[in-house]
Amino acid sequence: MGDLGKYLGDAGTRSAIWTMLLEHVYLSLLPLVISVVLAVVLGWVCHRYGWFRGALLGTANIVYTVPSLALFAIIPAIIGTQVLDINNVVIALTVYTTALLTRPVSDALDAVPAQITAAATAMGFRPLRRFLTVELPLAVPVLFAGLRVGSVSNISLVSVGALIGTGGLGVLFTDGFRSRYLAPIIVGIVLTLLLALVVDGLLVALRQWLTPWNHVRGVKA
Amino acid sequence: MIEFRAVTKRFDDGTIAVNSLDLAVEAGTITVFVGPSGCGKTTSLRMVNRMIDPTSGTILVDGRDVLSVDPPELRRGIGYVIQQAGLFPHRTVLDNVATVPLLLGWSKAKARSRAAELLELVGLPAEMGKRYPVQLSGGQQQRVGVARALAADPPVLLMDEPFSAVDPVVREGLQDELLRLQAELDKTIVFVTHDIDEAVRIGEKVAVFREGGILAQYDQPAELLARPADDFVAHFVGKDRGYRSLSFVDASGVEVDPVPTVVVGSRVDASPEWRLAVDERKHPRGWLAPGTTVDGDLTEDVLKPGGSLFEVGQSIRGAMDAALSSPSGLGVAVDPEGAVVGAVTATQVLAVIEGLRESRS
Repeated sequence: MGDLGKYLGDAGTRSAIWTMLLEHVYLSLLPLVISVVLAVVLGWVCHRYGWFRGALLGTANIVYTVPSLALFAIIPAIIGTQVLDINNVVIALTVYTTALLTRPVSDALDAVPAQITAAATAMGFRPLRRFLTVELPLAVPVLFAGLRVGSVSNISLVSVGALIGTGGLGVLFTDGFRSRYLAPIIVGIVLTLLLALVVDGLLVALRQWLTPWNHVRGVKA
Repeated sequence: MIEFRAVTKRFDDGTIAVNSLDLAVEAGTITVFVGPSGCGKTTSLRMVNRMIDPTSGTILVDGRDVLSVDPPELRRGIGYVIQQAGLFPHRTVLDNVATVPLLLGWSKAKARSRAAELLELVGLPAEMGKRYPVQLSGGQQQRVGVARALAADPPVLLMDEPFSAVDPVVREGLQDELLRLQAELDKTIVFVTHDIDEAVRIGEKVAVFREGGILAQYDQPAELLARPADDFVAHFVGKDRGYRSLSFVDASGVEVDPVPTVVVGSRVDASPEWRLAVDERKHPRGWLAPGTTVDGDLTEDVLKPGGSLFEVGQSIRGAMDAALSSPSGLGVAVDPEGAVVGAVTATQVLAVIEGLRESRS
Protein backbone atom coordinates (compact mmCIF):
# COMPACT_ATOMS: atom_id res chain seq x y z
CA MET A 1 0.00 0.00 0.00
CA GLY A 2 2.90 2.26 0.75
CA ASP A 3 4.09 1.52 -2.76
CA LEU A 4 0.75 2.59 -4.17
CA GLY A 5 0.83 5.89 -2.26
CA LYS A 6 4.36 6.61 -3.41
CA TYR A 7 3.47 5.68 -6.99
CA LEU A 8 0.42 7.94 -7.13
CA GLY A 9 2.14 10.68 -5.13
CA ASP A 10 4.13 11.66 -8.20
CA ALA A 11 2.39 14.38 -10.24
CA GLY A 12 4.09 13.20 -13.44
CA THR A 13 2.74 9.68 -12.94
CA ARG A 14 -0.73 10.99 -12.23
CA SER A 15 -0.80 13.07 -15.38
CA ALA A 16 0.54 10.09 -17.40
CA ILE A 17 -2.24 7.87 -15.98
CA TRP A 18 -4.83 10.53 -16.83
CA THR A 19 -3.58 10.57 -20.43
CA MET A 20 -3.74 6.78 -20.58
CA LEU A 21 -7.31 6.85 -19.24
CA LEU A 22 -8.40 9.30 -21.94
CA GLU A 23 -6.66 7.18 -24.59
CA HIS A 24 -8.44 4.15 -23.21
CA VAL A 25 -11.82 5.87 -23.39
CA TYR A 26 -11.14 6.98 -26.95
CA LEU A 27 -9.87 3.58 -28.08
CA SER A 28 -12.76 1.63 -26.58
CA LEU A 29 -15.71 3.95 -27.23
CA LEU A 30 -14.95 5.25 -30.72
CA PRO A 31 -15.25 1.68 -32.13
CA LEU A 32 -18.50 1.30 -30.18
CA VAL A 33 -20.00 4.38 -31.84
CA ILE A 34 -18.83 3.41 -35.33
CA SER A 35 -20.04 -0.16 -34.95
CA VAL A 36 -23.53 0.93 -33.85
CA VAL A 37 -23.92 2.65 -37.20
CA LEU A 38 -22.43 -0.31 -39.10
CA ALA A 39 -24.45 -2.89 -37.18
CA VAL A 40 -27.69 -0.98 -37.81
CA VAL A 41 -26.96 -0.93 -41.54
CA LEU A 42 -25.87 -4.59 -41.66
CA GLY A 43 -28.67 -5.67 -39.32
CA TRP A 44 -31.16 -3.97 -41.60
CA VAL A 45 -29.66 -5.75 -44.63
CA CYS A 46 -30.00 -9.12 -42.83
CA HIS A 47 -33.55 -8.27 -41.80
CA ARG A 48 -34.52 -7.09 -45.27
CA TYR A 49 -32.72 -9.68 -47.41
CA GLY A 50 -33.05 -13.11 -45.83
CA TRP A 51 -30.52 -14.76 -48.16
CA PHE A 52 -27.81 -12.39 -46.97
CA ARG A 53 -28.42 -13.15 -43.35
CA GLY A 54 -26.82 -16.59 -43.13
CA ALA A 55 -23.65 -15.51 -44.92
CA LEU A 56 -23.23 -12.28 -43.00
CA LEU A 57 -23.96 -13.64 -39.54
CA GLY A 58 -21.75 -16.70 -40.23
CA THR A 59 -18.88 -14.39 -41.16
CA ALA A 60 -19.53 -12.32 -38.04
CA ASN A 61 -19.25 -15.43 -35.87
CA ILE A 62 -15.93 -16.40 -37.43
CA VAL A 63 -14.56 -12.87 -37.10
CA TYR A 64 -15.47 -12.86 -33.44
CA THR A 65 -13.38 -15.99 -32.80
CA VAL A 66 -10.16 -14.46 -34.20
CA PRO A 67 -7.90 -13.68 -31.20
CA SER A 68 -7.61 -9.96 -30.62
CA LEU A 69 -3.85 -9.85 -30.58
CA ALA A 70 -3.78 -11.64 -33.93
CA LEU A 71 -6.29 -9.19 -35.36
CA PHE A 72 -4.27 -6.19 -34.12
CA ALA A 73 -1.27 -7.66 -35.91
CA ILE A 74 -3.05 -8.69 -39.13
CA ILE A 75 -4.80 -5.38 -39.79
CA PRO A 76 -1.64 -3.46 -40.83
CA ALA A 77 -0.95 -6.23 -43.35
CA ILE A 78 -4.46 -5.93 -44.77
CA ILE A 79 -4.93 -2.18 -44.93
CA GLY A 80 -1.36 -1.00 -44.95
CA THR A 81 -1.26 0.99 -41.72
CA GLN A 82 1.88 1.21 -39.56
CA VAL A 83 2.21 -1.64 -37.07
CA LEU A 84 2.02 0.77 -34.12
CA ASP A 85 -0.83 2.89 -35.52
CA ILE A 86 -3.60 3.23 -32.93
CA ASN A 87 -6.12 3.00 -35.77
CA ASN A 88 -5.34 -0.72 -35.85
CA VAL A 89 -6.98 -1.05 -32.45
CA VAL A 90 -9.91 1.15 -33.43
CA ILE A 91 -10.52 -0.88 -36.58
CA ALA A 92 -10.07 -4.25 -34.85
CA LEU A 93 -12.50 -3.35 -32.07
CA THR A 94 -14.96 -1.92 -34.59
CA VAL A 95 -14.88 -5.25 -36.40
CA TYR A 96 -15.49 -7.16 -33.15
CA THR A 97 -18.27 -4.94 -31.92
CA THR A 98 -19.99 -4.88 -35.29
CA ALA A 99 -19.81 -8.67 -35.39
CA LEU A 100 -21.31 -8.74 -31.91
CA LEU A 101 -24.13 -6.24 -32.58
CA THR A 102 -25.32 -7.21 -36.05
CA ARG A 103 -27.24 -10.30 -34.97
CA PRO A 104 -29.20 -8.66 -32.13
CA VAL A 105 -30.06 -5.68 -34.35
CA SER A 106 -31.28 -8.01 -37.07
CA ASP A 107 -33.24 -10.12 -34.57
CA ALA A 108 -34.76 -7.03 -32.97
CA LEU A 109 -35.92 -5.75 -36.35
CA ASP A 110 -37.39 -9.17 -37.14
CA ALA A 111 -39.23 -9.04 -33.81
CA VAL A 112 -41.14 -5.83 -34.56
CA PRO A 113 -44.75 -7.09 -34.79
CA ALA A 114 -45.98 -7.30 -38.38
CA GLN A 115 -49.14 -5.31 -37.60
CA ILE A 116 -47.04 -2.38 -36.38
CA THR A 117 -44.97 -2.16 -39.57
CA ALA A 118 -48.11 -2.75 -41.63
CA ALA A 119 -49.88 0.04 -39.72
CA ALA A 120 -46.92 2.37 -40.36
CA THR A 121 -46.96 1.57 -44.06
CA ALA A 122 -50.72 2.06 -44.21
CA MET A 123 -50.43 5.46 -42.48
CA GLY A 124 -48.20 6.57 -45.35
CA PHE A 125 -44.65 6.23 -44.00
CA ARG A 126 -41.98 5.90 -46.68
CA PRO A 127 -39.56 3.02 -46.04
CA LEU A 128 -36.60 5.06 -44.71
CA ARG A 129 -38.72 7.14 -42.37
CA ARG A 130 -40.53 4.03 -41.18
CA PHE A 131 -37.19 2.39 -40.44
CA LEU A 132 -35.75 5.36 -38.57
CA THR A 133 -38.84 6.38 -36.62
CA VAL A 134 -40.68 3.12 -36.00
CA GLU A 135 -38.58 -0.01 -36.46
CA LEU A 136 -35.24 1.25 -35.16
CA PRO A 137 -36.63 2.84 -31.97
CA LEU A 138 -38.35 -0.47 -31.20
CA ALA A 139 -34.99 -2.24 -31.59
CA VAL A 140 -33.28 0.06 -29.08
CA PRO A 141 -33.71 -2.15 -25.96
CA VAL A 142 -32.08 -5.13 -27.71
CA LEU A 143 -29.43 -2.92 -29.31
CA PHE A 144 -28.47 -1.60 -25.89
CA ALA A 145 -28.22 -5.07 -24.41
CA GLY A 146 -25.62 -5.76 -27.12
CA LEU A 147 -23.93 -2.40 -26.56
CA ARG A 148 -23.42 -3.11 -22.87
CA VAL A 149 -21.62 -6.37 -23.66
CA GLY A 150 -19.68 -4.61 -26.42
CA SER A 151 -18.55 -1.74 -24.21
CA VAL A 152 -17.25 -4.00 -21.44
CA SER A 153 -15.55 -6.25 -23.96
CA ASN A 154 -13.92 -3.28 -25.72
CA ILE A 155 -12.70 -1.72 -22.49
CA SER A 156 -10.99 -4.97 -21.57
CA LEU A 157 -9.65 -5.64 -25.09
CA VAL A 158 -8.04 -2.20 -25.41
CA SER A 159 -5.61 -3.24 -22.67
CA VAL A 160 -4.31 -5.96 -24.99
CA GLY A 161 -3.40 -3.21 -27.44
CA ALA A 162 -0.65 -2.11 -25.05
CA LEU A 163 1.27 -5.23 -26.07
CA ILE A 164 1.66 -3.71 -29.53
CA GLY A 165 2.27 -0.29 -28.05
CA THR A 166 -0.96 1.58 -28.71
CA GLY A 167 -1.44 3.27 -25.35
CA GLY A 168 -4.37 3.14 -22.97
CA LEU A 169 -4.46 1.73 -19.46
CA GLY A 170 -2.88 -1.51 -20.69
CA VAL A 171 0.45 0.30 -20.62
CA LEU A 172 0.23 0.16 -16.82
CA PHE A 173 0.19 -3.63 -17.01
CA THR A 174 3.09 -3.91 -19.46
CA ASP A 175 5.12 -1.42 -17.40
CA GLY A 176 4.28 -3.16 -14.14
CA PHE A 177 5.24 -6.59 -15.49
CA ARG A 178 8.43 -5.32 -17.05
CA SER A 179 9.61 -3.59 -13.85
CA ARG A 180 8.06 -6.20 -11.50
CA TYR A 181 6.24 -3.37 -9.76
CA LEU A 182 2.70 -4.09 -8.49
CA ALA A 183 1.36 -0.53 -7.99
CA PRO A 184 0.72 0.35 -11.68
CA ILE A 185 -0.95 -3.04 -12.21
CA ILE A 186 -3.37 -2.40 -9.33
CA VAL A 187 -4.10 1.13 -10.57
CA GLY A 188 -4.66 -0.29 -14.06
CA ILE A 189 -7.12 -2.95 -12.84
CA VAL A 190 -9.06 -0.51 -10.66
CA LEU A 191 -9.33 2.14 -13.38
CA THR A 192 -10.35 -0.40 -16.02
CA LEU A 193 -13.10 -1.73 -13.74
CA LEU A 194 -14.29 1.76 -12.84
CA LEU A 195 -14.33 2.81 -16.47
CA ALA A 196 -16.37 -0.28 -17.41
CA LEU A 197 -18.85 0.43 -14.59
CA VAL A 198 -19.21 4.12 -15.44
CA VAL A 199 -19.71 3.46 -19.16
CA ASP A 200 -22.23 0.73 -18.39
CA GLY A 201 -24.10 3.11 -16.07
CA LEU A 202 -24.15 5.77 -18.77
CA LEU A 203 -25.46 3.27 -21.33
CA VAL A 204 -28.24 2.22 -18.98
CA ALA A 205 -29.16 5.87 -18.37
CA LEU A 206 -29.12 6.58 -22.12
CA ARG A 207 -31.34 3.58 -22.79
CA GLN A 208 -33.84 4.71 -20.15
CA TRP A 209 -33.88 8.16 -21.68
CA LEU A 210 -34.40 6.78 -25.21
CA THR A 211 -37.11 4.27 -24.25
CA PRO A 212 -39.51 5.84 -21.74
CA TRP A 213 -42.19 3.56 -23.24
CA ASN A 214 -40.32 0.42 -22.29
CA HIS A 215 -40.56 0.86 -18.55
CA VAL A 216 -44.09 1.99 -17.96
CA ARG A 217 -46.38 -0.44 -16.27
CA GLY A 218 -48.99 -2.09 -18.45
CA VAL A 219 -52.60 -2.58 -17.42
CA LYS A 220 -54.52 -5.79 -17.33
CA ALA A 221 -57.92 -5.15 -18.77
CA MET B 1 -66.94 6.25 -53.82
CA ILE B 2 -64.71 3.20 -54.24
CA GLU B 3 -65.05 1.11 -57.34
CA PHE B 4 -63.52 -2.28 -58.10
CA ARG B 5 -63.54 -3.07 -61.82
CA ALA B 6 -62.67 -6.65 -62.81
CA VAL B 7 -60.04 -6.75 -60.06
CA THR B 8 -58.03 -9.95 -59.79
CA LYS B 9 -55.16 -10.71 -57.43
CA ARG B 10 -53.03 -13.76 -58.05
CA PHE B 11 -50.20 -14.28 -55.57
CA ASP B 12 -46.75 -15.51 -56.63
CA ASP B 13 -47.54 -19.04 -55.49
CA GLY B 14 -50.45 -19.13 -57.92
CA THR B 15 -53.32 -18.83 -55.43
CA ILE B 16 -56.07 -16.56 -56.58
CA ALA B 17 -57.00 -14.33 -53.67
CA VAL B 18 -59.51 -12.15 -55.51
CA ASN B 19 -61.22 -13.27 -58.67
CA SER B 20 -62.54 -10.66 -61.06
CA LEU B 21 -64.21 -8.48 -58.44
CA ASP B 22 -66.73 -5.90 -59.60
CA LEU B 23 -68.14 -3.86 -56.76
CA ALA B 24 -69.00 -0.27 -56.00
CA VAL B 25 -68.85 1.06 -52.43
CA GLU B 26 -71.20 4.02 -52.14
CA ALA B 27 -69.87 7.24 -50.65
CA GLY B 28 -70.90 7.95 -47.07
CA THR B 29 -71.87 4.37 -46.22
CA ILE B 30 -70.45 1.55 -44.16
CA THR B 31 -69.82 -1.42 -46.43
CA VAL B 32 -68.75 -4.67 -44.83
CA PHE B 33 -66.66 -7.34 -46.55
CA VAL B 34 -67.38 -10.63 -44.83
CA GLY B 35 -66.46 -14.24 -45.48
CA PRO B 36 -64.45 -17.22 -44.24
CA SER B 37 -60.65 -16.98 -44.05
CA GLY B 38 -58.96 -17.11 -47.42
CA CYS B 39 -61.90 -15.53 -49.22
CA GLY B 40 -60.00 -12.44 -50.33
CA LYS B 41 -61.82 -9.89 -48.19
CA THR B 42 -58.67 -8.49 -46.57
CA THR B 43 -56.74 -8.61 -49.85
CA SER B 44 -59.54 -6.62 -51.50
CA LEU B 45 -59.40 -4.05 -48.70
CA ARG B 46 -55.62 -3.75 -48.90
CA MET B 47 -55.72 -3.14 -52.62
CA VAL B 48 -57.63 0.08 -52.00
CA ASN B 49 -54.63 1.75 -50.34
CA ARG B 50 -52.08 -0.24 -52.35
CA MET B 51 -50.77 -2.28 -49.46
CA ILE B 52 -51.25 -4.92 -52.17
CA ASP B 53 -51.40 -4.17 -55.88
CA PRO B 54 -53.88 -6.04 -58.10
CA THR B 55 -52.66 -8.43 -60.80
CA SER B 56 -55.24 -7.00 -63.17
CA GLY B 57 -58.23 -4.69 -63.10
CA THR B 58 -58.76 -1.17 -61.83
CA ILE B 59 -59.62 0.33 -58.45
CA LEU B 60 -60.99 3.85 -58.40
CA VAL B 61 -61.27 6.03 -55.30
CA ASP B 62 -63.41 9.06 -56.09
CA GLY B 63 -62.86 8.43 -59.77
CA ARG B 64 -59.07 8.32 -59.49
CA ASP B 65 -57.18 5.15 -60.39
CA VAL B 66 -55.21 4.25 -57.25
CA LEU B 67 -52.37 2.82 -59.35
CA SER B 68 -51.72 6.31 -60.70
CA VAL B 69 -50.97 7.71 -57.22
CA ASP B 70 -47.71 7.43 -55.26
CA PRO B 71 -48.57 4.86 -52.52
CA PRO B 72 -47.47 6.88 -49.44
CA GLU B 73 -49.38 9.93 -50.74
CA LEU B 74 -52.45 7.79 -51.41
CA ARG B 75 -52.33 6.19 -47.96
CA ARG B 76 -52.11 9.50 -46.11
CA GLY B 77 -55.50 10.34 -47.60
CA ILE B 78 -57.12 7.05 -46.56
CA GLY B 79 -57.67 6.19 -42.90
CA TYR B 80 -56.64 2.69 -41.89
CA VAL B 81 -57.54 0.74 -38.76
CA ILE B 82 -55.69 -2.53 -38.39
CA GLN B 83 -56.32 -5.66 -36.31
CA GLN B 84 -55.23 -5.30 -32.67
CA ALA B 85 -54.92 -1.56 -33.29
CA GLY B 86 -51.26 -1.76 -34.39
CA LEU B 87 -50.39 1.27 -32.28
CA PHE B 88 -46.75 2.35 -32.08
CA PRO B 89 -45.66 1.15 -28.62
CA HIS B 90 -42.85 3.72 -28.37
CA ARG B 91 -45.11 6.72 -28.90
CA THR B 92 -47.61 8.25 -26.55
CA VAL B 93 -51.28 7.91 -27.36
CA LEU B 94 -51.39 11.55 -28.44
CA ASP B 95 -48.41 11.15 -30.78
CA ASN B 96 -49.89 7.95 -32.19
CA VAL B 97 -53.03 9.85 -33.12
CA ALA B 98 -50.97 12.72 -34.55
CA THR B 99 -49.06 10.36 -36.89
CA VAL B 100 -50.70 11.17 -40.22
CA PRO B 101 -50.97 14.95 -39.66
CA LEU B 102 -47.22 14.93 -38.90
CA LEU B 103 -46.53 12.92 -42.06
CA LEU B 104 -48.55 15.51 -43.95
CA GLY B 105 -46.21 18.17 -42.62
CA TRP B 106 -48.44 19.85 -40.02
CA SER B 107 -46.64 21.61 -37.18
CA LYS B 108 -46.24 19.53 -34.03
CA ALA B 109 -48.50 21.86 -32.03
CA LYS B 110 -51.28 21.78 -34.61
CA ALA B 111 -51.03 17.99 -35.03
CA ARG B 112 -51.22 17.46 -31.27
CA SER B 113 -54.16 19.75 -30.77
CA ARG B 114 -55.96 17.94 -33.58
CA ALA B 115 -55.04 14.62 -31.91
CA ALA B 116 -56.53 15.85 -28.63
CA GLU B 117 -59.80 16.67 -30.42
CA LEU B 118 -59.87 13.17 -31.87
CA LEU B 119 -59.37 11.54 -28.47
CA GLU B 120 -62.38 13.44 -27.25
CA LEU B 121 -64.35 12.40 -30.34
CA VAL B 122 -63.75 8.70 -29.67
CA GLY B 123 -64.64 9.16 -26.01
CA LEU B 124 -61.24 8.97 -24.34
CA PRO B 125 -60.23 11.40 -21.57
CA ALA B 126 -57.56 13.95 -22.55
CA GLU B 127 -55.10 12.78 -19.86
CA MET B 128 -54.93 9.40 -21.61
CA GLY B 129 -52.97 11.17 -24.38
CA LYS B 130 -49.84 11.14 -22.24
CA ARG B 131 -49.90 7.39 -21.74
CA TYR B 132 -48.27 4.69 -23.82
CA PRO B 133 -50.37 2.07 -25.63
CA VAL B 134 -49.33 -0.71 -23.24
CA GLN B 135 -51.05 1.23 -20.45
CA LEU B 136 -54.44 1.00 -22.20
CA SER B 137 -57.00 -1.81 -22.30
CA GLY B 138 -57.69 -3.56 -25.60
CA GLY B 139 -60.89 -1.59 -26.15
CA GLN B 140 -59.16 1.72 -25.43
CA GLN B 141 -56.33 0.84 -27.82
CA GLN B 142 -58.89 0.13 -30.50
CA ARG B 143 -60.48 3.56 -29.96
CA VAL B 144 -57.05 5.14 -30.29
CA GLY B 145 -56.62 3.16 -33.52
CA VAL B 146 -59.85 4.68 -34.85
CA ALA B 147 -58.82 8.17 -33.70
CA ARG B 148 -55.46 7.76 -35.44
CA ALA B 149 -57.15 6.74 -38.69
CA LEU B 150 -59.46 9.77 -38.55
CA ALA B 151 -56.82 12.34 -37.57
CA ALA B 152 -56.28 13.89 -40.99
CA ASP B 153 -60.02 13.75 -41.72
CA PRO B 154 -59.77 11.33 -44.67
CA PRO B 155 -62.97 10.81 -46.68
CA VAL B 156 -62.33 7.06 -46.81
CA LEU B 157 -61.73 4.74 -43.87
CA LEU B 158 -60.52 1.14 -44.22
CA MET B 159 -61.04 -1.11 -41.20
CA ASP B 160 -59.39 -4.54 -41.21
CA GLU B 161 -61.06 -6.75 -38.58
CA PRO B 162 -60.60 -3.90 -36.12
CA PHE B 163 -62.64 -5.34 -33.28
CA SER B 164 -61.77 -9.03 -33.58
CA ALA B 165 -59.29 -9.07 -30.70
CA VAL B 166 -61.56 -7.64 -27.99
CA ASP B 167 -64.15 -9.47 -25.95
CA PRO B 168 -67.79 -9.53 -27.11
CA VAL B 169 -69.08 -6.92 -24.67
CA VAL B 170 -66.35 -4.42 -25.52
CA ARG B 171 -66.79 -5.24 -29.21
CA GLU B 172 -70.46 -4.33 -29.09
CA GLY B 173 -69.59 -1.03 -27.41
CA LEU B 174 -67.03 -0.27 -30.11
CA GLN B 175 -69.53 -1.12 -32.85
CA ASP B 176 -72.07 1.27 -31.33
CA GLU B 177 -69.36 3.90 -31.08
CA LEU B 178 -68.48 3.45 -34.75
CA LEU B 179 -72.13 3.84 -35.76
CA ARG B 180 -72.39 6.98 -33.63
CA LEU B 181 -69.21 8.41 -35.18
CA GLN B 182 -70.38 7.56 -38.67
CA ALA B 183 -73.68 9.37 -38.10
CA GLU B 184 -71.59 12.41 -37.25
CA LEU B 185 -68.77 12.12 -39.80
CA ASP B 186 -70.35 10.52 -42.88
CA LYS B 187 -67.22 8.72 -44.10
CA THR B 188 -67.00 6.08 -46.78
CA ILE B 189 -66.08 3.07 -44.67
CA VAL B 190 -65.01 -0.38 -45.79
CA PHE B 191 -65.01 -2.79 -42.89
CA VAL B 192 -63.63 -6.33 -43.04
CA THR B 193 -64.78 -9.01 -40.63
CA HIS B 194 -65.28 -12.77 -40.52
CA ASP B 195 -68.19 -12.33 -38.11
CA ILE B 196 -71.54 -12.26 -39.90
CA ASP B 197 -73.27 -10.86 -36.81
CA GLU B 198 -70.90 -7.91 -36.81
CA ALA B 199 -71.43 -7.50 -40.56
CA VAL B 200 -75.22 -7.28 -40.43
CA ARG B 201 -75.07 -5.15 -37.31
CA ILE B 202 -72.96 -2.32 -38.67
CA GLY B 203 -73.12 -2.67 -42.47
CA GLU B 204 -75.43 -0.64 -44.65
CA LYS B 205 -74.33 -2.95 -47.44
CA VAL B 206 -72.64 -6.31 -46.96
CA ALA B 207 -70.44 -8.11 -49.49
CA VAL B 208 -70.17 -11.84 -48.78
CA PHE B 209 -67.02 -13.42 -50.23
CA ARG B 210 -66.40 -17.12 -50.67
CA GLU B 211 -63.18 -19.13 -50.98
CA GLY B 212 -61.29 -18.37 -54.16
CA GLY B 213 -61.98 -14.67 -53.88
CA ILE B 214 -65.43 -14.73 -55.43
CA LEU B 215 -68.12 -12.24 -54.46
CA ALA B 216 -71.11 -14.38 -53.52
CA GLN B 217 -73.63 -11.66 -52.73
CA TYR B 218 -73.64 -7.91 -52.29
CA ASP B 219 -76.76 -6.61 -50.63
CA GLN B 220 -78.34 -4.83 -47.71
CA PRO B 221 -78.13 -6.92 -44.55
CA ALA B 222 -81.89 -7.48 -44.29
CA GLU B 223 -81.96 -8.78 -47.88
CA LEU B 224 -78.96 -10.98 -47.21
CA LEU B 225 -80.74 -12.66 -44.31
CA ALA B 226 -84.12 -12.83 -45.99
CA ARG B 227 -82.99 -13.81 -49.48
CA PRO B 228 -79.52 -15.40 -49.58
CA ALA B 229 -78.36 -15.75 -53.19
CA ASP B 230 -77.26 -19.36 -52.87
CA ASP B 231 -76.54 -22.22 -50.48
CA PHE B 232 -73.12 -20.87 -49.60
CA VAL B 233 -74.53 -17.54 -48.43
CA ALA B 234 -77.45 -19.22 -46.68
CA HIS B 235 -75.03 -21.49 -44.85
CA PHE B 236 -72.63 -18.66 -44.08
CA VAL B 237 -75.23 -16.33 -42.63
CA GLY B 238 -76.11 -19.17 -40.30
CA LYS B 239 -78.92 -21.41 -39.06
CA ASP B 240 -80.64 -18.75 -37.00
CA ARG B 241 -80.80 -16.20 -39.79
CA GLY B 242 -84.60 -16.18 -39.51
CA TYR B 243 -84.22 -15.03 -35.94
CA ARG B 244 -81.42 -12.60 -36.79
CA SER B 245 -83.43 -11.00 -39.58
CA LEU B 246 -85.83 -9.82 -36.88
CA SER B 247 -83.15 -7.20 -36.15
CA PHE B 248 -84.37 -5.37 -39.22
CA VAL B 249 -88.07 -5.37 -38.28
CA ASP B 250 -89.02 -2.54 -35.99
CA ALA B 251 -91.00 -3.29 -32.88
CA SER B 252 -93.49 -0.47 -33.22
CA GLY B 253 -96.29 -3.00 -33.90
CA VAL B 254 -95.71 -4.66 -30.55
CA GLU B 255 -98.11 -3.36 -27.91
CA VAL B 256 -96.83 -3.61 -24.39
CA ASP B 257 -99.10 -4.46 -21.48
CA PRO B 258 -98.79 -3.01 -18.01
CA VAL B 259 -96.63 -5.10 -15.71
CA PRO B 260 -97.15 -5.45 -11.96
CA THR B 261 -94.20 -3.92 -10.14
CA VAL B 262 -92.78 -3.81 -6.64
CA VAL B 263 -90.26 -1.28 -5.40
CA VAL B 264 -86.95 -2.42 -3.92
CA GLY B 265 -86.58 -1.19 -0.37
CA SER B 266 -90.30 -1.11 0.41
CA ARG B 267 -92.62 -3.67 2.03
CA VAL B 268 -94.38 -6.19 -0.25
CA ASP B 269 -97.13 -8.74 0.30
CA ALA B 270 -97.04 -12.28 -1.09
CA SER B 271 -98.67 -12.65 -4.51
CA PRO B 272 -99.44 -15.59 -6.88
CA GLU B 273 -98.00 -13.78 -9.89
CA TRP B 274 -94.59 -12.70 -11.14
CA ARG B 275 -93.81 -9.10 -10.27
CA LEU B 276 -91.06 -6.89 -11.63
CA ALA B 277 -88.88 -5.25 -9.00
CA VAL B 278 -87.85 -1.70 -9.83
CA ASP B 279 -85.82 0.99 -8.12
CA GLU B 280 -87.09 4.50 -7.34
CA ARG B 281 -86.30 5.62 -10.93
CA LYS B 282 -88.43 2.72 -12.24
CA HIS B 283 -85.35 0.93 -13.62
CA PRO B 284 -85.83 -2.88 -13.55
CA ARG B 285 -83.77 -4.73 -10.93
CA GLY B 286 -85.06 -8.32 -11.28
CA TRP B 287 -88.15 -10.47 -10.82
CA LEU B 288 -89.95 -11.48 -7.65
CA ALA B 289 -91.16 -15.08 -8.10
CA PRO B 290 -94.82 -15.97 -7.30
CA GLY B 291 -95.42 -16.84 -3.68
CA THR B 292 -92.16 -15.40 -2.39
CA THR B 293 -92.60 -14.06 1.13
CA VAL B 294 -90.40 -11.19 2.12
CA ASP B 295 -89.61 -10.37 5.72
CA GLY B 296 -89.19 -6.65 6.15
CA ASP B 297 -88.22 -4.45 3.21
CA LEU B 298 -87.64 -5.99 -0.24
CA THR B 299 -83.93 -6.53 -0.92
CA GLU B 300 -82.30 -7.43 -4.23
CA ASP B 301 -80.93 -10.78 -3.05
CA VAL B 302 -84.36 -12.43 -3.12
CA LEU B 303 -84.91 -11.42 -6.76
CA LYS B 304 -84.45 -13.63 -9.82
CA PRO B 305 -82.11 -11.98 -12.32
CA GLY B 306 -84.04 -10.35 -15.14
CA GLY B 307 -83.79 -11.14 -18.85
CA SER B 308 -82.63 -8.76 -21.56
CA LEU B 309 -84.53 -5.47 -21.93
CA PHE B 310 -85.82 -3.95 -25.13
CA GLU B 311 -86.32 -0.35 -25.93
CA VAL B 312 -89.70 0.69 -27.30
CA GLY B 313 -89.46 1.38 -31.03
CA GLN B 314 -86.34 -0.68 -31.60
CA SER B 315 -86.05 -4.04 -33.35
CA ILE B 316 -88.51 -6.85 -32.80
CA ARG B 317 -85.55 -9.17 -32.21
CA GLY B 318 -84.92 -7.36 -28.95
CA ALA B 319 -88.57 -7.78 -27.93
CA MET B 320 -88.48 -11.49 -28.71
CA ASP B 321 -85.21 -12.00 -26.89
CA ALA B 322 -86.47 -10.07 -23.86
CA ALA B 323 -89.52 -12.34 -23.62
CA LEU B 324 -87.53 -15.56 -24.14
CA SER B 325 -84.83 -14.66 -21.64
CA SER B 326 -87.12 -13.46 -18.86
CA PRO B 327 -87.75 -15.88 -15.97
CA SER B 328 -91.40 -14.76 -15.93
CA GLY B 329 -91.85 -15.14 -19.70
CA LEU B 330 -92.55 -11.40 -19.82
CA GLY B 331 -90.16 -9.32 -21.88
CA VAL B 332 -89.60 -5.95 -20.24
CA ALA B 333 -89.88 -2.84 -22.38
CA VAL B 334 -88.08 0.33 -21.28
CA ASP B 335 -88.00 3.91 -22.51
CA PRO B 336 -84.77 5.55 -23.69
CA GLU B 337 -84.00 6.54 -20.08
CA GLY B 338 -84.24 2.91 -19.00
CA ALA B 339 -87.52 3.20 -17.07
CA VAL B 340 -90.06 0.38 -17.34
CA VAL B 341 -93.04 1.00 -19.64
CA GLY B 342 -94.54 -2.50 -19.72
CA ALA B 343 -94.03 -6.07 -20.83
CA VAL B 344 -94.86 -8.52 -23.63
CA THR B 345 -94.98 -12.30 -23.96
CA ALA B 346 -93.24 -14.23 -26.74
CA THR B 347 -96.68 -15.21 -28.06
CA GLN B 348 -97.62 -11.57 -28.49
CA VAL B 349 -94.37 -10.84 -30.36
CA LEU B 350 -94.87 -13.88 -32.56
CA ALA B 351 -98.37 -12.74 -33.40
CA VAL B 352 -96.95 -9.43 -34.63
CA ILE B 353 -94.32 -11.24 -36.73
CA GLU B 354 -97.01 -13.50 -38.23
CA GLY B 355 -99.17 -10.49 -38.95
CA LEU B 356 -96.34 -8.76 -40.77
CA ARG B 357 -95.63 -11.86 -42.85
CA GLU B 358 -99.29 -12.12 -43.89
CA SER B 359 -99.51 -8.45 -44.77
CA ARG B 360 -96.39 -8.79 -46.96
CA SER B 361 -97.61 -11.83 -48.88
